[in-house]
Amino acid sequence: MIWLDTIVQGILLGGLYALFATGLSLVFGIMRLVNLAHGDMIVLAAYLILVLVTGLGLSPWLAVLIAAPLMFVLGWLLQRVVLNRVLGPDILPPLLVTFGLSIAIQNALLEGFSADSRRIPNPDLEGASVALGPVTVGVMPVLTFASAVLVIVILNRVIYGTPLGRSFRATSDDPVTAGLMGIEPMKVFAVATGLAMMVVTVAALYLGTRANFDPAIGPARLIYAFQAVIIGGLGSLWGTLAGGVIIGVAQTLGAAVNPEWQILAGHLAFLLVLLVRPRGLFPRARD
Amino acid sequence: MLLETRSLDAGYGRFRALFGVDIRVDAGECVAIIGANGAGKSTLMRSIAGVLPNAPDMIRHKGDPIGALSSAAILQRGIAMVPEGRKLFPSLSVEENLLIGGQKRRGSGQWSLDSIYALFPILREKRAVPGTALSGGQQQMVAIGRALMSNPELLLCDEISLGLAPVVIRDIYAALPRIRESGAAVIVVEQDITQALRVADRVYCLMEGRVTLSGTPAELTREAIHSAYFGGHA
Repeated sequence: MIWLDTIVQGILLGGLYALFATGLSLVFGIMRLVNLAHGDMIVLAAYLILVLVTGLGLSPWLAVLIAAPLMFVLGWLLQRVVLNRVLGPDILPPLLVTFGLSIAIQNALLEGFSADSRRIPNPDLEGASVALGPVTVGVMPVLTFASAVLVIVILNRVIYGTPLGRSFRATSDDPVTAGLMGIEPMKVFAVATGLAMMVVTVAALYLGTRANFDPAIGPARLIYAFQAVIIGGLGSLWGTLAGGVIIGVAQTLGAAVNPEWQILAGHLAFLLVLLVRPRGLFPRARD
Repeated sequence: MLLETRSLDAGYGRFRALFGVDIRVDAGECVAIIGANGAGKSTLMRSIAGVLPNAPDMIRHKGDPIGALSSAAILQRGIAMVPEGRKLFPSLSVEENLLIGGQKRRGSGQWSLDSIYALFPILREKRAVPGTALSGGQQQMVAIGRALMSNPELLLCDEISLGLAPVVIRDIYAALPRIRESGAAVIVVEQDITQALRVADRVYCLMEGRVTLSGTPAELTREAIHSAYFGGHA
């Protein structure tokens, strides 16, 4: 029974990693941009929620509803003012710019909030648990996983069922021809990054309520996110969830054997999948 | 006058493809641009459609300088292009390819999914499959339908018969009268001279980036076209 419990905890942890990864996957899928500051954006959003919760006395759930549109605007501006200028046939400039952004965000947060680790207070649900058949699971991990599924369902609805999503896919296929359809790729990219930042805000809520965070933990979240995206196959959001779950399960299994093996087991699972399926589990037909 | 180019120079980086090209299209007219490979026909289309930026004054639409506008802004002015090579979106179904053409449509007009399906009935059957899974001729129909969905006043058709079987070309050109009934002016770029002379009100022949001949099909003799098309004296 202990193994079943471990696996269930791992799956739920995978929901958190999927939330880390979904925004990254969305942005890469639409504009082939690798945002190295993605992890730091999650941490930034966590501090934003923290400020709203501790400063204004809001509940974390209400704080997310306020933070999400703010993060959308931030993402939109970031894309319009900075990232759109460096997109092009050369992949190096966006990498350099987002790498610099990562350092800038970390240092700004360090200035503003010090290096002390913080946590978003969530007294109502922090220790709550429910019995799920033979295993007992925390309410927050279940909500994390459910949120990941909900976020992916909503994004897929947007991508495959709305004019905006049609513009996303067309621009991703061929920005020049999309221009002939009256679509302005740079505007489409700004909306996509804005949406990604809303997903980042949801990820930040669970990151910040689940454990302590400090300004320096962004890059490690980025690695988990990358691994989930690559395991799943570029461009598939359900694949990203599967990738998150694989890393989550590997980590909890590793930790069950020896607590020192938690992180290592996740990385090994990633390498193993790459060995067997170099293009990920659910790759797009063409790329 | 719907559209004119004035001493249009265009090219890619250091390579110059057009040298002082003057053409004119009136409302509702069908103009054919003929010429051999590399004559600059596609460059001309891409310049008008806003894919290649130019000096504002070199292209005028209803008297306004539009040479420097983006392709999205050109579409808003009622100029739509069927690009060379069809360029359907592989991630979109046939119907989605049509819908995206109408996503930024201006005002009201007669083109809709239903009227496109009436024009090309085969597309209704294939509407759920990916655009790129169709035959070349059917893809060309989607590309034309996609451009029409924006209700253009001027439709630019770049090499719509390229690589297609003669019987398929005939089917596609059969849609042209119906398109012109909608009031749209059409520019067709063609390597097939016979086809071009059959459908056009006026013809321009390009050679090495310059207009070498223009006139109505009735005015142009075979010899004059031959000479304008290939150079030298026929």
